[in-house]
Amino acid sequence: MTSQDHILDLLQNVKDPEIPVISVLELGVVRQVEVDADGKVVVTITPTYTGCPAMDVMATDIKKELVEHGIASVEVKQVLSPAWTTDWITDDGKRKLKEYGIAPPEKTGDIRALKGEAPMVPCPQCGSTNTVMVSVFGSTACKALWKCKDCLEPFDQFKCL
Amino acid sequence: MTDKEALFTYTLRLGDDLLILSHRLSEWCGHGPVLEEDIALANRALDHIGEARNLYDHAVQLEGKGRTQDDLAYLRKERDFVNTLLCEQPNGDYAHTIVRSFLFDAYHLPLAEALTKSSDATIAAIAAKAVKEAQYHLKHSSDWLIRFGDGTEESHRRAQEALDALWTYTGDLFTQDEVHKAMVKAGIAPDLQTIKAGFDATVDKVLDEATLKRPADGYMQSGGRAGKHSEHLGYILAEMQYLQRAYPGAEW
Repeated sequence: MTSQDHILDLLQNVKDPEIPVISVLELGVVRQVEVDADGKVVVTITPTYTGCPAMDVMATDIKKELVEHGIASVEVKQVLSPAWTTDWITDDGKRKLKEYGIAPPEKTGDIRALKGEAPMVPCPQCGSTNTVMVSVFGSTACKALWKCKDCLEPFDQFKCL
Repeated sequence: MTDKEALFTYTLRLGDDLLILSHRLSEWCGHGPVLEEDIALANRALDHIGEARNLYDHAVQLEGKGRTQDDLAYLRKERDFVNTLLCEQPNGDYAHTIVRSFLFDAYHLPLAEALTKSSDATIAAIAAKAVKEAQYHLKHSSDWLIRFGDGTEESHRRAQEALDALWTYTGDLFTQDEVHKAMVKAGIAPDLQTIKAGFDATVDKVLDEATLKRPADGYMQSGGRAGKHSEHLGYILAEMQYLQRAYPGAEW
């Protein structure tokens, strides 16, 4: 009998394909894990951004990870509601983003940061708050492009949503 | 037309706007005036197509004939598309592209906000996701429009020309025909007069800051919601549907 905890342990190995240091659990996209009496596992995930192409890859990777560990029957379902927000990224996830060089998102309550009106995003390289947003649209749907005016390095910021 | 058919058509309208605008924006990919804008438009195209896919999934469920989202995108003819005329207008120069998106964003954001309260749970859920992205879109197009309008003599002239040229397509956004009225009655869609109020407020505020002149509401083009399009849509579909028509059933 497969336990829910065992599934969660396995899901910790499934990383965001575009940010390979953070797991689907830390990203907060796993909404529910159910194991029924026959051992069938249903993992419910929710998309980060509506058009994020990584979602299909994550669903495939979740299936692959579980099947490779002997779980014969796996279904990955997507739900839209309630909508994912960056507040669902765990503290561990935020720390790992920062170590990877991506400034973690602000709390969504800070609406000024959401709209890029108060550039208070510290540089993940040197920690300076003397930073400027170059573009609200970055290398992936979830990121904005910033530049540090002290160490002069460009960096990604996980956009607040 | 039954209520269910009306809901199917309404869902298609929402989806078609986004698919067609997304296709237009994706035409800029690799041709953007600066790298950041190339990326920005590709991102926006991705947001729009994501929302369109969710709406198409909902539409085919409602229809219950076993069609897929790809069937709706790739196997319908021009007259079956019910997108608003604004979305299919050509990219033109960058001012045209930005003005087209700005006018759409000024409509899309209040619409998405209103649709979060839709009595159709799926449409409400899709809107709840879209509304946050739509804020970023409107911010992006507004910033550029202000920069163009309040920029150099040439950027001001081009922005005003784009606005004057595209204004005639804004009437079509607010068409309230029988389908729409049925949706309002069922609590699925908002009355477009309320959306128009939000649109007007945004347009007036941003144009004022951009030192651009709001064109007069003269003759308005119409027909998109009934499948009557400008000459441009056929060319979009020819390109967008080519692969599926040449290799039926191809998937990726």
